[in-house]
Amino acid sequence: MHEMSLCEGIRSIVEEQARAHAVARVTRVRLEIGRFAGVEKQALSFAWDIVMRGTPAEGAELVMLDVPGQALCFDCGREVDIEERLSPCPLCGGGKLVPTGGQEMRIKDLEVI
Amino acid sequence: MCTVCGCGDAATLDRGFHFHADGTIHANHHHHHGPDLHFGLGAAGVSVPGMSQARLIEVETAILSKNDQLAAVNRARLAVLRTLAVNLVSSPGSGKTTLLCRTVGELQGVPLAVIEGDQQTANDAERIRATGAPAVQVNTGKGCHLDAEMVARAMDALAPRTGSLLFIENVGNLVCPAGFDLGEDAKVAVLSVTEGEDKPLKYPDMFTAARLALLNKIDLAPYCDVDLDLYEANLRRVNPGIEIIRLSARTGEGFGAWTGWLRAQLLAKALAA
Ligand SMILES: Nc1nc2c(ncn2[C@@H]2O[C@H](COP(=O)(O)OP(=O)(O)OP(=O)(O)O)[C@@H](O)[C@H]2O)c(=O)[nH]1
Ligand SMILES: [Mg+2]
Ligand SMILES: [Zn+2]
Repeated sequence: MHEMSLCEGIRSIVEEQARAHAVARVTRVRLEIGRFAGVEKQALSFAWDIVMRGTPAEGAELVMLDVPGQALCFDCGREVDIEERLSPCPLCGGGKLVPTGGQEMRIKDLEVI
Repeated sequence: MCTVCGCGDAATLDRGFHFHADGTIHANHHHHHGPDLHFGLGAAGVSVPGMSQARLIEVETAILSKNDQLAAVNRARLAVLRTLAVNLVSSPGSGKTTLLCRTVGELQGVPLAVIEGDQQTANDAERIRATGAPAVQVNTGKGCHLDAEMVARAMDALAPRTGSLLFIENVGNLVCPAGFDLGEDAKVAVLSVTEGEDKPLKYPDMFTAARLALLNKIDLAPYCDVDLDLYEANLRRVNPGIEIIRLSARTGEGFGAWTGWLRAQLLAKALAA
């Protein structure tokens, strides 16, 4: 995906928060990344150092927390946890599932000094 | 002169957007000037004095929240205008521009305008303008998708009419445009029969986000040994609710169903409170 623009999105939110809370430095940023969000974690952490340079989050640790994938099964009508986007329904074996969770890309919190 | 796009004739706007005399908008080259700010120079994880005073700020905000807010503004503008915005997404070369040119021809009498997104060139907007419809080109530079701000700028330039149809041809890319809300009423995925039946399975996010899939270039089906039913089965596997229309932008086959879909959506938008 567009990990660079995701990092730019994070940067603008982090800068806003730093201003609003009169923060000198951000030492850690925790993200929640859904299983189906399509985020390439390695690319994101690669872009991280470059994009955060010159901001209060320069040198900050990046922590990515996994959010499991959930989907609605169109065959049995139940909501189930699935590993992969194309995994079959663990309850009925059906193959038509629409994601209902695990698409999020959120900033959870900042550790600041 | 802009060193990214090489243009000397453009009025530079804030955030690197600039308009050209021919109506092309260049986005995404950040004309950064002035000195960089440096806070806390040093390697990651370096120990910081006063670390014991560290505290936690709960943020709980979506990374793309800025885009989502701008998309909501676009959506509100479109609602006031009762203008239907259709975001065409696909891989490069599936036939989006050819399809739009024919659609313009078949929708005589319906006011419409087109926003063309490509990394480079104004070719597609020129092809649309040749049909007589107003079009504005947005060049995203290195950007792999249109975002809500680009669409807002393009809407400023186009000033869509009340009760009209606004087509947005996204950058040819089956991945990134899925994640960026533009404020559109519907994403329509164009998939051509030469791309392979497995594309919905390989790029499920795009086909999950789309309300309608247009299976294009069916005039080529006899030559390339494709299974159109398998295309449909794979589309429905990733998105059981998706609508599918088989058509050919070359011969016009299937266009009745497509223009009928558009007219029905336009009517629904006009009637919406
Ligand atoms: N045979 C056939 N060719 C088509 C059809 N639709 C488009 N093409 C051809 O496919 C090629 C690409 O078409 P475009 O309309 O430029 O595709 P596009 O999706 O706009 O391409 P990008 O904007 O570059 O991503 C052109 O050579 C078209 O003539 C169709 O229905 N049948
Ligand atoms: Mg095109
Ligand atoms: Zn099931």
